[in-house]
Amino acid sequence: MNDRQPIIEFKQVNFKYQSQAEPNLIDISFAIYPGETVLIIGPSGSGKSTLAKCINGQVPYSYDGDLTGEILIQGKSTKDVSLFDLSLSIGTVLQDTDGQFVGLTVAEDIAFSLENDVVDQHVMKKQVSQWMNELDIEELHDHTPHQLSGGQKQRVSIAGVLIDQVPILLFDEPLANLDPASGYETMRLIDRLSQRQNLTTVIIEHRLEEALSTNVDRILVMHDGHLIANMTPDALLRSDILESIGVRQPLYLDLLDYAGIDLASIKQLGAFRPDMLNAEQRQTIASWTKTIHPPINTPASQSLIEVKQLSFAYDEDARSQTLANVNFSIAAGEMVSIVGSNGAGKSTLAKLLGGFLRPTHGDIYLKGQNIRDLSIKEIADSIGYVMQNPNHMISKNLIFDEVALGLVNRGVDAEEIETRVYNTLKICGLYPFRQWPISALSYGQKRRVTIASILVLQPSVMILDEPTAGQDYAHYSDMMRFLETINQEYQMTILMISHDMHLIQEYTTRSLVFSGGQLLADLAPSELFARKELIEEADLHPTSLYQVGALLPDVSINDLLKAFIAYERQQRGREVDPT
Amino acid sequence: MSQQQQAVLGYLPRNTFVHRLSGASKLICFLILSVITMTSYDTRFLLGVSVFAVVLMYFAKIRWRDIRMVVYIVTAISLINLVMIYIFEPEYGVDIYQSRTVLWEGIGRYSLTWEQLFYELNIAIKYFATIPFALIFMLTTNPSEFASSLNRVGVSYRIAYAVSLTLRYIPDIQQSYLNIRQAQQARGIEMSEKASLVSRIKHSAQIIMPLIFSSLERIEVISQAMTLRRFGKEKKRSWYSAKPFDRNDVLAIMVTLAITAVGVYCFVINQGRFYNPFG
Amino acid sequence: MNNKQNSSLTQLVAIGIGSAVFFILGRFLSIPTPVPNTSVETTYPFLALMGAIYGPIPAALIGLIGHAVKDLLTYGLWWSWVLTSGVVGFGYGLIGRQLKVNEGEFDKNDMIRFNVGQVIVNAVCWIIVAPVLDILIYAEPASKVFTQGVVSAGLNSLAVGILGTILLKAYASTRTKAGSLKKD
Ligand SMILES: Nc1ncnc2c1ncn2[C@@H]1O[C@H](COP(=O)(O)OP(=O)(O)OP(=O)(O)O)[C@@H](O)[C@H]1O
Ligand SMILES: Nc1ncnc2c1ncn2[C@@H]1O[C@H](COP(=O)(O)OP(=O)(O)OP(=O)(O)O)[C@@H](O)[C@H]1O
Ligand SMILES: [Mg+2]
Ligand SMILES: [Mg+2]
Repeated sequence: MNDRQPIIEFKQVNFKYQSQAEPNLIDISFAIYPGETVLIIGPSGSGKSTLAKCINGQVPYSYDGDLTGEILIQGKSTKDVSLFDLSLSIGTVLQDTDGQFVGLTVAEDIAFSLENDVVDQHVMKKQVSQWMNELDIEELHDHTPHQLSGGQKQRVSIAGVLIDQVPILLFDEPLANLDPASGYETMRLIDRLSQRQNLTTVIIEHRLEEALSTNVDRILVMHDGHLIANMTPDALLRSDILESIGVRQPLYLDLLDYAGIDLASIKQLGAFRPDMLNAEQRQTIASWTKTIHPPINTPASQSLIEVKQLSFAYDEDARSQTLANVNFSIAAGEMVSIVGSNGAGKSTLAKLLGGFLRPTHGDIYLKGQNIRDLSIKEIADSIGYVMQNPNHMISKNLIFDEVALGLVNRGVDAEEIETRVYNTLKICGLYPFRQWPISALSYGQKRRVTIASILVLQPSVMILDEPTAGQDYAHYSDMMRFLETINQEYQMTILMISHDMHLIQEYTTRSLVFSGGQLLADLAPSELFARKELIEEADLHPTSLYQVGALLPDVSINDLLKAFIAYERQQRGREVDPT
Repeated sequence: MSQQQQAVLGYLPRNTFVHRLSGASKLICFLILSVITMTSYDTRFLLGVSVFAVVLMYFAKIRWRDIRMVVYIVTAISLINLVMIYIFEPEYGVDIYQSRTVLWEGIGRYSLTWEQLFYELNIAIKYFATIPFALIFMLTTNPSEFASSLNRVGVSYRIAYAVSLTLRYIPDIQQSYLNIRQAQQARGIEMSEKASLVSRIKHSAQIIMPLIFSSLERIEVISQAMTLRRFGKEKKRSWYSAKPFDRNDVLAIMVTLAITAVGVYCFVINQGRFYNPFG
Repeated sequence: MNNKQNSSLTQLVAIGIGSAVFFILGRFLSIPTPVPNTSVETTYPFLALMGAIYGPIPAALIGLIGHAVKDLLTYGLWWSWVLTSGVVGFGYGLIGRQLKVNEGEFDKNDMIRFNVGQVIVNAVCWIIVAPVLDILIYAEPASKVFTQGVVSAGLNSLAVGILGTILLKAYASTRTKAGSLKKD
């Protein structure tokens, strides 16, 4: 392979944003060859997006800072090529879909770069419809961006870049907002495209398990601005690098580890394949499962939120409703997850609960009181809602001020504000940045600021809209564990919208499954995957643990999951079950 | 979004010959007709144009309920304006028409003359003659066509695209505005009807800053995204949703020019902007 | 926010987004006064900020497009005022050029210079430009339009003097100094 010319090459690259005191990329050298698929992983704020910006030329063309070393794309230094010419080599899908979507409608946005290349209208129309077809978004042709869900927007962004037919594709967290099924589908799509057209693909992603479902050739690991590993997925998964930087490895590897199976016996680690485990190993896992005794959940007490025959439509003339006849109730102290397809109406439900939107029909009761009569502020005294899009919540320039805002408005005295804000910032891993402007944060860090700003108020119910999207494992498990603690100690009720199938199992006791505005099911997360029709309808996708579970002799998937989660909890020394 | 929906005028997709005209020709017609109705003070001409505009609205299937709000607003503004003009210059009509036919001898300088009434009637007609074309243009032109239309009538494609960005991001910024407002309320600022008017005004100032600063940040993200997709690389650009000119467009422009010619002819026979029935 | 500020594309996007913000501010955030038909506009303080950041021509276009869009989306075009908003933007941009807010500087001196400048711009625009256009276009009586102009000039100077100054100060303080961010 090395006799070929690299398509992307970094030679001792250092970069520091102008406002920063310390460098954000330190001595980065690597090469990527044509046709390779390379994954970049690392904790939030480690410099992954910055590295991507160096590849596509945003650094140095759009960002001021000190750049040293050499970046070669197709053999030419990015310093000698204009940003436009670079964009003919590299197509970029940005992390923030709000900014990427510049057209008035879906079709126009997909056509945007062709318009700039002065392509004929009829050629454009043909290509646009071809790519819409490819990405299965034809029915969105005339939609405006604000009629799309987060996931739909992401798909449009991808189409708008793929249409360029560039040799290098760069994705900054393409999966962050996608439902599990679409996540796998996107990865398969990327895989298909890169193979068919021999593309070079660079993907930044926190969701390693899903990302590995493409044929990843190599993984670059970033940590604190350093490139600490550059190796095949197999080599990386055998090393302890992931653990040391707090990135979660695929779940089945944890399971094999717990069950004491030696990885040396397995060839070619990567995405899980049934042929990885022989009969004996399957038996080992099954026996291990039986040694764990998961705690029994105590049913929760009286109901706190009651939703009765709730319907909602954004547009009164619309033929279909965004939410139709939804009924459920939530008891104080529960941790409930809301899952389902992109555009199913999950965020809409959250906004209704927070009083940001008001039901078209039906009622929501909070502690027996109809929230119809309450203002947003009054609802917010009990229900804290962290929105999906951090840009919609942030209103101050400095992190400290942002997190303190709610307390300031409630007239809490300055001293208490300081301690509470500092404590919350520590939990969210933001304490070192407390005096920074929010504009200098990475996307994941920004999301954490919004979580902190609600967490600090300690409401009796917290609604989190995809809290872990774009977060690394170490940070989100810190946060989740904290949420769990306050859930248990103060009976704080937690509702969490998430596409992370393992997260909902690990931390929630109940799942509300939505699809197309309907509440399809209300069940324990572990039962979810026994129901095939549910999985399909709600665009969910089982984790690798399920795939392992399906292979085990006389142990059900459900048993395996419960054992796995119980074991991890015991390991962390929490909640040791007295039985 | 029922409680958030404001009376914003927007494109109403319907299938009439007005809708099918290309955005560029509608823009040309709208601009030319605006100029002539603004400059002319010939009552007969303005009335004629108003009737024409109403007929056109009928054919464009614009319904009363679509424009009701606007008509109310414009009526209110015009009334205030007319009263103000009278208060400031009760004899302005007399000056213009060089004649004074007293209807009612009032107190001090405030008499009522036919000339003043006629002048103010003209102003009222004028307000109502200019508005319909703006309405027709707004309600029948797909915003997607806007930028390409501007570009076709000679505006540089960059500025044309800036206008398109404005239309693209108005809903987003409006959403941000609502979200910021709600997020602020959720953080403990009372802004619903339960707070007094004064404190609501004071609090709305708190929204301006985050709205502006998040928009500044948005400017940078968008301009980077556009560069990465090669906006501004070539001297021109093509438009996905441009509509080609056809026979009807030529016809529309010819009708517009004919109306304009009548307007100009009125200047000639009136020897000025004003039609003077008193002379 | 330490990106390159003055590339022509950034200015262009600033025109587009700025006009949208102008529209939203004008529509939802103008503060009504007891005098009928007049309100304290938050749009002009914003325009002053855009003038200081992006210069005269983008600010002129933001005033023009923003005001035109606002009028078109509510009640047809009021040409004389739309054109005046463009001129106001240009004027603010000229003052903004004398300042260094992009470098994070906005001290007492700048504040005085900015406010003297903005009062002049408002006076010229609202007491001369707008009324003259009103007379030319709508043949309205001079005494009425000049009185309206004086009121507008006063209100806008006040709004820009208070809110505009606050905005510029806040903006200058977000321009983080090079090499100043450190984890601790
Ligand atoms: N525009 C900027 N100005 C100054 N500092 C910045 C800027 N953007 C990012 N940084 C800093 O650079 C570091 C790396 O940021 P980067 O966006 O590359 O992180 P990341 O690895 O992509 O994180 P995430 O997974 O959260 O997106 C962060 O500590 C951040 O504070
Ligand atoms: N402001 C809005 N106006 C009109 N339609 C909207 C609006 N917001 C969302 N929708 C539509 O309502 C539906 C539900 O959207 P919602 O954001 O609730 O989905 P979601 O379940 O949160 O999806 P995701 O997982 O992608 O975030 C989608 O089809 C979307 O297009
Ligand atoms: Mg990033
Ligand atoms: Mg959502």
